[in-house]
Order: sequence, then structure tokens, then C-alpha cells
Amino acid sequence: MALPQLKQNATEARIAALDLPTGGWSAAARGDALARLRATGLPGARDEYWKYTRPETLTSAAPKPAVVFTPDETPLFDGIDRLKIVFVDGVFDTDASDDLSLDGVEIARLADSADIHWARDLYGTLETAGQSPVPRPLATLNTAFATDGLLIRVTGKLSKPIAIRYEHRNDKSDAMMHHVVKVEQGGDVTILENGPAAARFNQVIEVDVADGAGFHHVRAQGRDHERRAATHIFARLGAESTFKTFTLTANGVLTRNEVVVELTGDDAMAHIAGACLGDGDFHHDDTVFITHDAVNCESRQVFKKVLRNGATGVFQGKILVQPGAQKTDGYQISQSLLLDGDSQFLAKPELEIYADDVACSHGSTSGAIDDEGLFYLRARGLPRGIAEDLLTIAFIAEAVMEIDSQELQDEINSRVEAWLMRRRDQ
Amino acid sequence: MLEIKNLHVKLEEEDKQILKGVNLTVEAGKVHAIMGPNGSGKSTLSYVLSGKDGYEVTEGTATLGDVDLLGIAPEERAAAGLFLAFQYPVEILGVGNMTFLRTAVNSLRKARGQDEMSSTEFLRVVREKAKSLKIDADMLKRPVNVGFSGGEKKRNEILQMAMLEPKMCILDETDSGLDVDAMKLVADGVNALRDAGRGFLVITHYQRLLDHIKPDVVHIMSDGRIIKTGGPELALEVEHNGYSDLIEEEA
Ligand SMILES: Nc1ncnc2c1ncn2[C@@H]1O[C@H](COP(=O)(O)OP(=O)(O)O)[C@@H](O)[C@H]1O
Ligand SMILES: [Mg+2]
Repeated sequence: MALPQLKQNATEARIAALDLPTGGWSAAARGDALARLRATGLPGARDEYWKYTRPETLTSAAPKPAVVFTPDETPLFDGIDRLKIVFVDGVFDTDASDDLSLDGVEIARLADSADIHWARDLYGTLETAGQSPVPRPLATLNTAFATDGLLIRVTGKLSKPIAIRYEHRNDKSDAMMHHVVKVEQGGDVTILENGPAAARFNQVIEVDVADGAGFHHVRAQGRDHERRAATHIFARLGAESTFKTFTLTANGVLTRNEVVVELTGDDAMAHIAGACLGDGDFHHDDTVFITHDAVNCESRQVFKKVLRNGATGVFQGKILVQPGAQKTDGYQISQSLLLDGDSQFLAKPELEIYADDVACSHGSTSGAIDDEGLFYLRARGLPRGIAEDLLTIAFIAEAVMEIDSQELQDEINSRVEAWLMRRRDQ
Repeated sequence: MLEIKNLHVKLEEEDKQILKGVNLTVEAGKVHAIMGPNGSGKSTLSYVLSGKDGYEVTEGTATLGDVDLLGIAPEERAAAGLFLAFQYPVEILGVGNMTFLRTAVNSLRKARGQDEMSSTEFLRVVREKAKSLKIDADMLKRPVNVGFSGGEKKRNEILQMAMLEPKMCILDETDSGLDVDAMKLVADGVNALRDAGRGFLVITHYQRLLDHIKPDVVHIMSDGRIIKTGGPELALEVEHNGYSDLIEEEA
């Protein structure tokens, strides 16, 4: 079926503004993605999947500029032992990065032309699988045009996390990055990401977790204010594997984080969590789609949004249980803490179940600071502002606690506290 | 020290009078007990004194020393030296007990014009006080009251009381849900804080806590009023005859 003219025009305008990387091992996947993109078109305001979030500034031919923001604090994760990799406005920075060799892992750059056989089989594959039943054209665009990223193949349990730091230095940068992570049987990796990547950022991470393998991901987006970002994680989980991802988003005018997980092997576990802190001109959208296609798997989605001064939070989350996926344990909670009457939270939780022996639950709430807790803390002498901050930390704790490592939980909490402290009105 | 005069309180949201003229004076160094049937207004009195929302004072006064309690915020009442040990301590996920205690101690010290306690000094004091209440390092690290048993929550309240150095302590049904051993531990903690400069108001439904925390004065509350005041023997009378005789006598 032909696309509506407006959508086709917008899609072609975006394509025309980009150069398709040619040659090399990824050329076939990129060509395929371009054809798929032309068939679906980029998201438009009328698309059901974009009902709560306006896609125009994410799909326009040129990005809106975003003022470069220089935080007055040491970057997150700087204090922990890690392998550091830096990208500036979406481009790998050799000098600022550590040597990429580490026992149990091979790390290469997408922008390098060397043939990476394992990545050839994965690049664009999980993204393509994640297009059904709902198209995610920004990810398809990314597969076609991504200019840099990391190819990470994990064969053992790593002694330290791989920490990717993004830096934003050009107010008009429009970065498109694509990472591929393959965790082989017995492998276990923790990937950390932090920092503003660009004025506009389109990111895809494809994650293939083999039987018995583990993938842990902790990401912090922010604190820059004018950034726009659309990210996608596509994950495929083998039997008895573990997949855990947590995202802290502080500030940013527009963020859409999509996570698409398919549990394909029995006894696998997927936890997707996020906390966002929004103040004023802030729109944050978590869109999650989990497919249970094996027996005795567990999935948890825990999303907490702190919104003030007219900020908007969106949650679209779906659990799909395929026929035969018995003993599925699916849990989903999305909650917002509205610190004033101007802020809003829009939630669309969905369950679609085709197996009979499953336990799935979902819940969504919006509320103010807990009165009982507030009185308790104030009765102990805590000024109202400090008491409210502690209760805000308590509110997002269920999401932060999804991070396995206490050290990383503390890192995240310290940023949350600092964010709240800067806004404390006394 | 604590002086309550003709206190009338109604619910803010509905037309329901709960306290109907309470008069009570607790002197420094003394332990007063309030006993009374469920629903007589004991918790309401403790909440109104500590500044909880939802109540409206329609008449009367409450002062602590020369501070008018009813006109100030809960944290200011705490700074003035008031402490309420809650009947139902609140659970606060994600905030370590120790962090909470240190924040409370230093907030109060600041409000009282004292210097912050250094971390080493704070640790030393907390460990010492926690030890006597059999509160271990794990309980200090865990989030405030989360996953604590009933007894652990009450001991945690007493630890806070010990750390915050109040002048006037109100304990609301601190004995509820405690077995005998736990109650003894809590009572020992309270007794250790008895001091010539400090007053106590112990609210309880049963007499048994008063075996361990010996009161100087006992008040009986019924339907929003104190209907009888006496010595420790009044608690024993309630123990043997229940409240109904006293209430009938009053009516
Ligand atoms: N916030 C409230 N909302 C509705 N009723 C209340 C509230 N607080 C107290 N009450 C009512 O006031 C009366 C006294 O309650 P309370 O002070 O808890 O008594 P006690 O502690 O002596 O058992 C009861 O009838 C109770 O239902
Ligand atoms: Mg009560």
C-alpha cells in the first residue's frame, strides 16, 4: 500500500539529508533497512504508537540545535573500575578511550571496515524481528544510516564493566549510533552508558543473550536540557539467560526509550526498569514490548517518573504471552509522582495472553508525595524540602533496586539526590 | 513542661469533634500515662501535638516550655524538643536508616543552633545506643522500617528518640504487637532516657507496659476527655475492672 504523501515526503526528506554508508560487511543489512524504511515511512503524528509523543523533531531532516551543557560535577561512573569508551557527538574518540582489550570480550567499532563475521549475522536482524507487530521506523532508519557504534562479543565473565561515555560538544550534532552486543554461552557483561550524546540522538542497541548468559545495563541520560533522543534496545534471550536494563533520565526536552525483548528460551529472565526526573519542558516516553515465547520465564517492568512544573511522562508497555509460553510470570508497574498540578502522566499498559497457566499483573498510578511519610519525617525534624526529597528517592527506589550492583545503585542515587538538591526551595 | 489547656479538636474534613476539652500538664522528670478504650482520642491527641494535617483545633492551647506548639510546623515542634514514637512507624524504601538518622540529627542540631555532628562522632553515638537496644548493623543499614518486624520498628523508634534528645516524649501504643521480651527491651530503652529534664507521656491501652515503665501519674481518657487522674494504682484498677466502671462513674 502506498504511504500517505505527507509521510512519504517527510521520509524522503530525511533520507536525502543522510549519506548511506556503502561497501563493507553491513552493506546488505543497510540496503535492506532502507527499503523497509521506504515501505513503512517514518513515524507521523497520526500513528497510534505515537499518540502520546510527537515524533516531528525526531524525524525532521535537520535537528533542532541544543545548547551544549557543561555540568559542574564529575561524570557518573568515574569512580569505579571500568573499561572506558568515549564518543563525542556520536564519533569514537580514540585518545579519550581506554585500550579496547579485555579478557573475555572482543570490542570493535562499527565504523571500522574490517569484516566482523558474527556481527554480520546480527546487525539489523534483531531490529527487523522487533518490527512486528508494531513498526519502529526510527530504528530502521538507524540500521540503514548509523555511522558509529560498538560491536561487542562477550565470551567470558568480564572483570569490569564496559562504560560508554557520550559527550555533546556541537550544538547542532545529529548522532546516529548502533551497538551490537552478543553474549555467548557462559558470558556475562555489564554495560554502562552515560552523558548527553548529541543535540539529537538516534540509538539502537541489539543484544543477543545466549543460553545461560547474562547482560546487565545501566544507563544515565542527562543532565542536558535541550537534547532530543530516540533509543531502541532489541534483545533476544536464550534459555536460563538474564537480561537487566535500567535507565535514569534527568532532563532533556524529548526522550523516547523503546525496549523490545523476546524471551525465546525456557527459564529466562528480563527486567526492564527506568526512573526519570523531569522539570518543566520535559517529555519522556518509555515504550516497552515483551514477548514471552518459552516456558517458565519471568519479566518485570518497573518505571517511575518524577514530574514537576508541567513535565510530561508517558508509558506504553505490553506483555505478549504466546501460545505455549506456560508458567510465564509477567509483572509491570508504572507510576508517576506529580509534584504539581501542571504535570501529567499518560499510561497505556497492555496484556495479551494466549497461554492458560500464567501469572501476569500490571498497575499504573499517579500521585503526590505520601502524606504519612511526610509527617513522619517532619516529626523527626527534617525540613519539608528535605523530607520531600527523601520520599522522592523512596518513590523511585523500586526501579533503582532493579540494578544488581549496590555500587551502581549508589552512583545512580547520588545523581538523583543532586538533581533534587538543585531544586530544593530553601 | 507540656501544658495542654481545654483542647478541642475536630476533623478538618468532617464535622466530627474528637477531643472535647483535654487538660493535662506533664512536669519535667515525670512519666504520665494515658489509658483509655479504643477510639477515645489518644492517638489524635498525640498527632495534634506533633502537627499532623487533617485536624482542626477549635479551642484551647498546647505549649512546650514557652513554645506555642499549635502554631508551628511539625519540624519546628521537633526542634522545640517534642518527640512522638509512632504507633505505626512508616516504611521508607530506598533511604537507609543511618542516612535518615543522620539527616534528622543534623536537621535538629541546625534548628537548635548547634554544630553538625561529625560522621565519626555520629557513628560512635549511634552504635552505642543501637547496641543497648539490640539493633544490629544490618538494621541500621536497611531502608527505614522496611521489612522490620513489629518489635524492630518499635526499637527503631526508641533509637530515634535516644538520638534526637527530646525534652518531651510521647509514646503511642509502643507496646502494641510486642512480646514480653521485646517490650522489656523497649521499656529499658525508655527508662534509660528518664531524666530530671525530660517528660514522658505514655499512651497505652493495656496496663502491662506500665509494669516496666513506672508512671508517676495515670490519666483515663474517654470520648475525648480525661475523666479521671490518679497514681499508678489507677492503672491496676483498670486492669482488674476494665474501663466501663470508670466511664459509668463519670456519666
Ligand atoms: N483522620 C481521621 N479520620 C476519621 N476519623 C478519625 C481520624 N482520626 C481519628 N478519627 C476518629 O477519632 C476517634 C478517636 O480516634 P483515635 O485518636 O485513633 O483513638 P485511640 O487512639 O484512643 O484509639 C475515633 O472515632 C476515630 O475513628
Ligand atoms: Mg491509637
